Amino acid sequence: MVTNATSFSRSGLSDWIIQRFSAVILAAYTLFILAVLGATPELDYESWRAVFSNNPVRLFSIISLFALCGHTWVGMWTVGTDYLTGRQLGGNGTFIRLIYQSFCVLLIAVYLLWGIQIFWGS
Amino acid sequence: MADAVTLSVDCAHKYIPYATVCYHVKDTRPVNLDLTTFKFPLPAITSILHRISGVALFFGIGVVLYLLQLSLESEAGFEQVTELFRATPAKLVVWLILTGLLYHLIAGIKHLLMDWGLGESREGALRGAQVTLILSLAATVLSWGMIW
Ligand code: HEM
Ligand code: HEM
Repeated sequence: MVTNATSFSRSGLSDWIIQRFSAVILAAYTLFILAVLGATPELDYESWRAVFSNNPVRLFSIISLFALCGHTWVGMWTVGTDYLTGRQLGGNGTFIRLIYQSFCVLLIAVYLLWGIQIFWGS
Repeated sequence: MADAVTLSVDCAHKYIPYATVCYHVKDTRPVNLDLTTFKFPLPAITSILHRISGVALFFGIGVVLYLLQLSLESEAGFEQVTELFRATPAKLVVWLILTGLLYHLIAGIKHLLMDWGLGESREGALRGAQVTLILSLAATVLSWGMIW
């Protein structure tokens, strides 16, 4: 089995499963939000807020947030290991990819904490 | 046996379900790397668009979270977002994000169906790419209508 020190799960198979599983959750959540928006053409603050302060929706939002983090982590990792490599960039490739990955982790962490704050708080 | 060679970034197996030529073996035939004459099969185009939309969405999520927070924070915040949506630049940004999301969603579902073994033949891959593009185009127009 091929392992990679910068891979999250250290296994391509579980990366693959994480990405498919999270994709299904994200697809469901996207369709759900679109349905909410489509069902209420004249949306006002009260009803908009009511949607997100409903407990099952809150749970769905937070699960989707975690799915988003897993999905983008694997996705951005895949993209990085395709283009930001020694083969593409020469000797500094791995170093540049490490910076790129640190940036991705940071942004994902911000999204996670920020999102929890939004969904928990409303 | 000839040496294995280092290949392009994106594994072509994704694009050419039944590759007729195996490029793992070094050969002496001319290689066409001229992007202006190189033919990209439709499935290759939908695949790279899926990747581009995915990366763009990674940043778009920041905008979405910002708008969500503002709209849920207070009545005034909600009004601010509705006000923002009346301006063309904000509309354009939201429309771009929505288009990217819908494209990524549709192409993503196609991707999952192919993972599952549906439409893996050469014809199936082409048909899948065509359906993906047509549905996405429809979704793009629809989301334009929704925002404007
Ligand atoms: C909502 C926010 C989303 C973001 C930010 C996002 C982002 C990404 C990124 C960056 C990639 C990597 C691209 C690549 O490797 O070519 C990716 C791959 C993928 N996405 Fe998403 N995605 C989102 C939603 C979805 C949804 C709703 C689906 C629904 C089916 C989906 C399905 C997939 C699939 C199947 C892959 C794997 C592609 C591959 O292995 O080549 N994604 N996503
Ligand atoms: C009949 C033709 C071909 C055969 C039998 C073949 C076979 C294989 C096999 C057995 C592997 C290793 C599989 C694995 O790592 O899971 C592989 C990997 C790979 N092949 Fe091919 N291949 C063919 C055509 C091509 C073509 C046309 C391209 C590119 C133009 C290509 C690009 C690659 C790349 C980049 C990898 C590395 C794996 C990856 O990054 O996912 N192959 N191929």
